[in-house]
Formats: sequence, C-alpha cells, structure tokens
Amino acid sequence: MNANASHISVQAVHKVFQSGGQDVYALKAIDLEIARGEFVCLLGPSGCGKSTLLNAVAGFSLPSSGSIAVEGAAVAAPGPDRGMVFQEYALFPWMTVEQNIAFGLQVKGEAKPAIQARVDALLELLHLQDFRKRYPKDLSGGMRQRVAIARVLALDSPIMLMDEPFGALDALTRRTLQDELLRLWTELRKTILFVTHSIEEALYLADRTVVMTYRPGTIKRDLKVDLPRPRDVASPGFNALKKELSQLLMEEQNRHEQDEFRGAAVD
Amino acid sequence: MKRYRHAASGILVPLAAIAFWQLLSAKGWVNATILPSPMQVLTKWWAYLRPLEAYDPSMGSYLKWCFSGELPQDAMGSLYRVLLGFAIGTGLALPLGLAMGYSKVVYALFNPLIQVLRPIPPIAYIPLSILWFGLGNPPAVFLISIGAFFPVLMNTVTGVQNVDSIYLRVGRNLGASRYTQFTRIILPAATPYIFTGARIGMGTAFIVVIVSEMIAVNNGLGYRILEAREYLWSDKIIAGMFTIGLLGLGIDTVMSRLSSRMLRWHRGLEQG
Repeated sequence: MNANASHISVQAVHKVFQSGGQDVYALKAIDLEIARGEFVCLLGPSGCGKSTLLNAVAGFSLPSSGSIAVEGAAVAAPGPDRGMVFQEYALFPWMTVEQNIAFGLQVKGEAKPAIQARVDALLELLHLQDFRKRYPKDLSGGMRQRVAIARVLALDSPIMLMDEPFGALDALTRRTLQDELLRLWTELRKTILFVTHSIEEALYLADRTVVMTYRPGTIKRDLKVDLPRPRDVASPGFNALKKELSQLLMEEQNRHEQDEFRGAAVD
Repeated sequence: MKRYRHAASGILVPLAAIAFWQLLSAKGWVNATILPSPMQVLTKWWAYLRPLEAYDPSMGSYLKWCFSGELPQDAMGSLYRVLLGFAIGTGLALPLGLAMGYSKVVYALFNPLIQVLRPIPPIAYIPLSILWFGLGNPPAVFLISIGAFFPVLMNTVTGVQNVDSIYLRVGRNLGASRYTQFTRIILPAATPYIFTGARIGMGTAFIVVIVSEMIAVNNGLGYRILEAREYLWSDKIIAGMFTIGLLGLGIDTVMSRLSSRMLRWHRGLEQG
C-alpha cells in the first residue's frame, strides 16, 4: 500500500434524502482526505450534515453516491477498525464498566487472560480502576464517556470517530476530557475524526478544522490549525482563528434560522 | 425511627378493621354463620393448618409431618399447579415473543391470531379445557399456562421492539455478529420488560389457579373454600381466603425480589 495515501478518503460524496417530495442534500460533493494520525474536526451548525458524514465513514448509512475508502478499501459496513464514540455514551447499561470495555474483545474471540490484561491496562489509562465493577447508571457523564472511549480503544482500531462526545458535559469536565483525549491521541497515534459545534473545542483539539455549510452540506472551509500544543485558548493566535471561524459559522447559522422561519411560515 | 413509625402506621388500619369486625360479631349484629368472629376464624385456621394426626416416626420425616395438615397440602397443591402452568406458559411465550419482537415477518404471521385470542379470558377456556383434558391437574395447568402466556408474550414483544437502536449500532460498530447482538444486547436490554410480563403473568396464573380448582380439581385452596361453602363453614372460607392472599403476596414478593436482584443495573435508571 502506498504510505502516502490518505487514511480516510472521501470522494464526491452525496447523501440525498426525501423530505416532502423534495430531494434534500444532506451532503453534496464532499471531498475530504485525512492523513494517518491526523486529528480532524468537523464543525458546523446543527443540520449541516457533519454527523451524516461521520455516520457514512462509520458505515452506518452509506452515501447515495461517491466513495469512502479507509486504507484504500471501500467502506461497506460498520466495523471495529473504525471505533465510534457517541454523544449519548451508549454504554450497555446491563454491563459493568469492565464488561463494557471487554465486550469488543470478547466479540473478537480473544482469550480470557488477554482480555483481562487489556481491560486492566485501559482502566488504568483512563483512570477508571476504582469504577470497574460499577454500572453505567452509577457514573457521572464524564466517567461514562471515559468508559466509552476505553471501549473503543480496546479494539485498538486505528481510527476513532467521535460524534460530539463531550457535548453533554459541563465545561470543566469537558476540558479535562479534551486534554485526556489529546494525551491518548499523542500516545496512541490514532486518526481521529471528531464532530463538534463548538469552535473553541475544534481549535483546541484539531490539526485541521473542516467547516461545513447548512443544506446542502458542503465543505465551506478546510482550515489548518497551526498552533503549538498545548494550546492557550487566551492567546491572540487562538482568538484570531476563533473570530474567523465564528464569522463563517454565523453565516451558516443565519441560513439555518431563515430556513426554519420559512418552514414555519409555510406551515 | 422513621421506618418503625411507618411500620406502625401500616398496621393501624388492619387493626381497626379487625376491631370493627370483632364488634360486629360480639354485639350479635350479624349472624355468626354469615360472618364468624375473628377469633373463630383464627381457631379454624389453626385447625386447618396443623397436622391431622400425632407425629409418628414410622410415617416419615418430621418436616413431612409438619406439612401433612389439610391447609399445607392444599397450598402446596395450588403452588405446584401455579408453578407448572407458569413454567409452561412462559416457556412457550418467551421464544415466540423474542421471535415476534425481532422479526417483522414472524410478527406479521402471528400477531393477528394473537390479537384475537388475547382478549379471551382464561376462564372462558374452562369448558374446552374440561372437554379436552377431563378433570384434575391437566385442565388446571392448561388454564394457568394460558393466563401466564399472554402477559409474558406481549411484554417480551414490546421489550425486544423497544431496544434502543443505539445499542445495536454500538454492537455493529464493535463487530458483533447477529447472534451476539441478540444474546448480549437485545436479550438483556429487553429483560426489564420480560420481568414485568412475568410478574403480571404470575399474578394472572394465581387468579386462574383458584378458579380452576373451584371447577376442575378436588383439592387446593380454591377447591377448599368452595367445599367449605357447601357446609356453610364461613370461618373456613375466610381462613382459606386469607391463605390465598398471603400466598399470593409471598409469590409476588419473591418475583419482585428476584427481578430487582437480576436487574441491579436497571434500578433507578429512569432518574438518570
């Protein structure tokens, strides 16, 4: 395989769905190349198709046309090579923390001692040792999301797909988990595709921030974030980028709102 | 402290009811044949409960002797029928319910028939059950299994249909096969519903056992209170009814303990 090839390659992807007898383009002519080990954020207002794109890469809903390839192979179905972390955590509530983390390994048919060793290592990596026997309902949101991340890491998939994973967390927990994620990413060299609607989150985390437009979902701007890590959210450089992205995002947000008002007027 | 006060207030109303009952009998306001005094019922209850003959080691163990009274024999007979009927009803409802919840095809095939049969009360099967199975345990167990069957079936179907699709997406994402998805995601996710169904089914089974014993069997608690009416033994009727109530309460307590033990992960989930 060509070492220079993209890890994830999205080419001419369209996703069309029907709404009131009309074609709505959730995604239109999306081209996106993501290199191995790159941290890319998809940024946009709600309804811009960023989650649709993520789900297409995950293989949950395939594009209407165009192609998505991972390591040069076309994506046809969900798979453990592209671990997904959901906003709603989606932990299995009937399993304890360690059972949740072990699930993917059991599915893979690994030997018990190997699973145990891997689970122990992940519990330590995410500071979850004291919670291993707990059920998800007894954990805070931040802890739940740590477990969800560990569950995906267990499979050692080269790609992590994250759908607004920290959206439901309070600001402090959010920052802690962002730092944790950066630490894990640096240690484990994963390729990460991360959906968010927070400009600051995108700029804090990503190598590249891809801004998407509201219907049809297209790529409005592909911005390289050339700030040294750890990033200082109060620095002038950070704020300059933040201002730039705010403007882009506001335009889309306005279109979104106008669209909603128009919809309401028709109703 | 608070707990004790709650327990204390819990016996206030029953005590008042018994006192009122005692008053009615003591003053002779009601005929003792129609409503015997509490003491009379209690005496009869004891007579009904204790072994009929003195302990004789040659007849078997002491424990066996303890349960040789009429009431323990009746209670065990009823319990046996309930458990057997419940096991058969649940044993049939569970696989069918899982299949109907999981597969739209199976659902489409079976649902019309189920919907027609479901509103028929188990009691309405009595004539047919006697025609088919004669008298004794078989018709009773048949009726009880029908009583348990539908609640378990309906809840299992709903439970499987209501499994949050996000869990299935996670399962697919982590590489689970369809079989693994079924056994490790759908089945556990549906258990709260299944347990609710089982508890309702057990309650129905208990109602049906009493009715079926009144008609098709010549022992058991239901038979005994109907028999007592023949002799105008209202004290025995009431003692039998209390026994039925206590046994039902016992069964329901066991069911709910069992389910909250097995659903530890689920308790209080609604609150977040």
